[in-house]
Parts: sequence; structure tokens; C-alpha cells
Amino acid sequence: MKKIITVTALVLCMVFAVIGCSAPAAEESTAAPSESASTEASASTEATASASTEASGEAISGSVQMSGSTSMETIANALKEAFMAQYPDVSVDVQLGGSSVGVQDAQSGKSDIGNVSRELKDDETGLVANTIAIDGIAVIVHPDNKVTEITSEDLVKVYTGEIKNWKDLGGDDQPIVVIGREASSGTRGAFEELLKIEDQCQYAQELNETGAVKTAVSATPAAIGYVSLEALDDTVTALKVDGAEATEEAIKAGDYPLSRPFIMATKEGELRPEVQAFLDFVMGEEGQAVVADNKLITIS
Amino acid sequence: MNASMTIIGGRKSKTILERTMKGIFIGCGLFAIIAVLIITIYMIVSGAPAMFTIGLKDFLFGTEWAPTAADPKFGILPMILTSLVGTGLTILIGVPIALMAAVFVSEVAHKKVAGVVKPAIELLAGIPSVVYGLLGMIILVPQISKLEALLYANDPAHIFTGGANLLSGIIVLTIMILPTVVNISITSLKAVPQEYKEASLAMGATKMQTIFKVQIPAAKSGIITGIVLGIGRALGEAMAIILVSGNVANMPALFSSVRFLTTGIVSEMSYASGLHREALFSIGLVLFIFIMVINVTLNTLLKKEAAANEK
Repeated sequence: MKKIITVTALVLCMVFAVIGCSAPAAEESTAAPSESASTEASASTEATASASTEASGEAISGSVQMSGSTSMETIANALKEAFMAQYPDVSVDVQLGGSSVGVQDAQSGKSDIGNVSRELKDDETGLVANTIAIDGIAVIVHPDNKVTEITSEDLVKVYTGEIKNWKDLGGDDQPIVVIGREASSGTRGAFEELLKIEDQCQYAQELNETGAVKTAVSATPAAIGYVSLEALDDTVTALKVDGAEATEEAIKAGDYPLSRPFIMATKEGELRPEVQAFLDFVMGEEGQAVVADNKLITIS
Repeated sequence: MNASMTIIGGRKSKTILERTMKGIFIGCGLFAIIAVLIITIYMIVSGAPAMFTIGLKDFLFGTEWAPTAADPKFGILPMILTSLVGTGLTILIGVPIALMAAVFVSEVAHKKVAGVVKPAIELLAGIPSVVYGLLGMIILVPQISKLEALLYANDPAHIFTGGANLLSGIIVLTIMILPTVVNISITSLKAVPQEYKEASLAMGATKMQTIFKVQIPAAKSGIITGIVLGIGRALGEAMAIILVSGNVANMPALFSSVRFLTTGIVSEMSYASGLHREALFSIGLVLFIFIMVINVTLNTLLKKEAAANEK
């Protein structure tokens, strides 16, 4: 009798498994209409939303071409997605190549927007520099460290291995443990680019997350590390760099050296409506919310 | 109850049931094979091209890993050597400890003590690897850092790692492979026929002589299986050691910040693009081949041994 029950149970299991496999297909067909209904509904709410933001209320369509900085890839794609969710008829395309490529493409008209992750140089004319966000990097040490400020020259020496002991910076006699991020990190790219020490750093630890850098620095008394400004908390101490505190205010005042603007450069003169709509979106509340989500300083 | 579904049904319905079940079993068996095949093919397809773009020699024997530099370098020799040295030392330290622990639990310890120790070791196997890493980072790394400061106090050329180095990685890995090796060793020691032990003791051998000369040799194949699984675990581990080994692609040395093959993939995959990304897949392929070769070699050796024993 036991055997009969076992076999029946087993067969039932198999039958259910088969039903389980085939069921989704059936559900899909029934679910499909309701799904399209819901997208329609959301589309209509989007339409009203865009109508409220756009005074003219006309539907915008077309395409926006962006190219340039690889550091801005993440934020550009995030903004693109948020924008296209609201304006489904506009397609936004993000190409990479570096800040200088962004400038050239915007000048030549190859792209509508050139992404530039530095200030525009004096000879890069004919462009409007629309700063959409600011990227700031804090230099952090263990809370017990006596050193509270550092010059950018000394920072270069620490990261290139020229200065190896905290006593050379006015701290205790202990060897500096240089902590940084992995090679493809945007924070590392920005840090090395701002100090002009690309590919020259001698790291003791390369960690793959902002949180990991913070934990390592807070656990190692002799450590120095860098994180994006938004990640700061009281487990670590942020050093003053060249006398300026690592704060949004100091960055906006232009005193703090480890920061750079994210610029979406456009050609001078009238822009196509879809490009203008994109820029308005980026500068507006929703775009800046995306900026804040991506751990960047907003421009407002 | 539906009569056709029971085993007391007629011959015809029985045959149908037999056939269906056979089909289901074949399907389930094939599932594993298909999964292995798909993974293998995918690894080769996505990993091989970059290897040849970079050049097999530059990739496998290059000593510099700088994927995002202006002049990118994709040499993974430091990672290969770190993985080999790290795993080797882990096994060297971990296996004797694990074996002794297994002997203790299965032979030496009082039943009540063994009843506490064994579940504790089993529990060790269930702790997620990232927890090992975190604990290592917070508890072990600062201690290793002190040791490092002591040893290299007068060495200006040494790059201080703050305790995140190969040694920390090996210690964490050693703890991680313990449960695997211990549990399998206990099982195989317990499977040694009681008569062997009795015979040895009756011949006048001491308890220790019996353990080392009779029981461990008799349980050898099981213990080696445990070691093979331990090697697999050590070689494939990433999350625990990424937090304690520093993760800079240096040549392996106990107090150097090092990067294993696994941590090389994990740490850079999230933002990598282009050839860099493909190169990470190639590292995966190298790791895959390593583990395959080790498994196949050790399994063949084991089978030969078993066959020799039977003769």
C-alpha cells in the first residue's frame, strides 16, 4: 500500500510539474491584454505629465545624439533612460570616446551634445557649457589619524609611493597604507585624472566598492583612501585638501581641488526642440534627482 | 484512487508508467550534462577570442595587468601564480589540521565532546563566504598588519598592505576548507570496518599506531576525495578573499597585496567594457580549465589507485 501511495505521489508531482511548465504560457496570453492596457494607462499619465511640463504641450519626437566622456557614461545612460520613459518618441544615443571627442563632435555638429568631464579649455570655442552635475572626491583616513589636511602635491607623492610614512606629513611614525579602487572604477579614473597620476599609482589595496574602501580605511589606522563625496560618514575622516574642506559648498565655491564638472556642451545658437527638451529635463527637478541618485552633486 | 496509476494495475498501464518514469529520469540526467556542455561552450566562445587578440603568450605569461592604461597590458601571470601558490599553501596547512580534527572526532574524543565538535564543524560549512571575508577584514587583517609592521619596520622598499595580503587570504581559505575536508574524512574513517581496528589492537599496536598505520590508510580514498573538494573550494573562492587579500595584481609573496584569478574577475566585471571585459572572460576560461584539469587528474589517479587496491 505504501508503495502505491509513493508512486501516486510521485506521478502527481510530475503532473504538477508539467502543468507548472505549461501554465505560464496560458497566463501570458490572458495577461497580455491587461499588460498593454497598463502601459497605455501609464503612457497617458506620462502624456499628461509631459503636457504639464511642456507649456506648449506638443508631442516631441526625434533623436538626440550624445558623445564624449567615458566618466559620464553612467550618468548619461541613467538620464537617457529617465528621459525616454517620459518622452517615448525621442531616441537618445550615448557614444563614448573621451571628453575631447565630445568637444570636437559638438563643435562639428556630429553630435547634438558633447559630454565633457572637465572645464572647457579657452580654445574650445563655439560651445555652450551646460554643467549638469559636479563630481567630488573625498580623501579619507582613519578617525584616529592626527593628520587632518594634505596638499595636492603631497597627495600625488603619497599615491605614487614617494611619501611612505605618516610622519612625513606630520602624523605618527607608521607606514601609509594606500587604498584605492579597481582599474575600471569611475572614481579612480577621476581621482587619477584630477591629480594627473594616471597609471602611476602604487596601491596597497584595490577594492571594488566604495563601501569596501570605507570599511578598510575605518579598520586600518594607517590607511588613506578616496571615495565619492556623497559616501562620506563618520566612520572615517575626510582630509582638507589644499586647505579646503571636502563639502559641497567648498566645491561650488571652487576651492576644493578634487572635483570636476560634468558638462553637456552644445553648439551656440538655437537647438532642435528635442535637444532643448532633453537639456531642460536634465536641468529640471527630475533630471537632477537622477543626478543625486548617481552619487553626484546637483547644480541647484 | 485511479487504478491505472497504481502498481497493481494491468501490464499495459504498468508499461506506460515504466516508460514515462524512464523518460523523466533520462531527462533529469541529461539536464546536468546539457548544463555542463552549455557552460563549457559559452566559456570557450566568450573567453577564447580575447586571448588571441592579446596574444596567448602576452596573456598567460605577461606580468603586468593594466587594462585601462593608455597602453593597456593584459598579463595574468601574477594572478595565475597567486591562485596556485595560495591554493597550494592552503591545502598544505589546512589538510593536516582537518585530518587531525577528523581523527579527533571519530576516534579520540569522548562521545559527548564529539557530539559538540562535529555539529560545530558542520555549521562552519554553512556560513556564507562573504561573512568569512568580513570577519577576516575586521578581526584578522589588523593583526596581520601589526605583524607586517614588525617584520618590515626597517624595509623602505616594502609597500605596506595594512594586513590585506596573501597571508590573510591563505588563513581565511584554510578555515573555509576545513569543514569540507573534515566532514568527508570523518565519514570515510567511520566507514573503515571495525575488524581492522580490533585486529590491529589485538596484535598489540597502540591506539595511535592503529589510527595512523591502519585506519587512515584504509580511509585514504575518501580523504583524498575531501582534499580534491577542498582544492576546488579554495581555487574557486572569491568573495571571502577579495576583502582580505588586497587585490593588487602583484607576484605572490606572503606580505604582498595579491589578486587571485577569481577576484580579478569579480573586482572588475561591473564596469569593464570592450577588450577588458573579454579579457575577464578569458580569465574565467583559464580558471575553468585549471579546475577541470585538477579534477580530471585527481579522479583518474584515484580510480587507478582503487583498481590497484582491488587486485
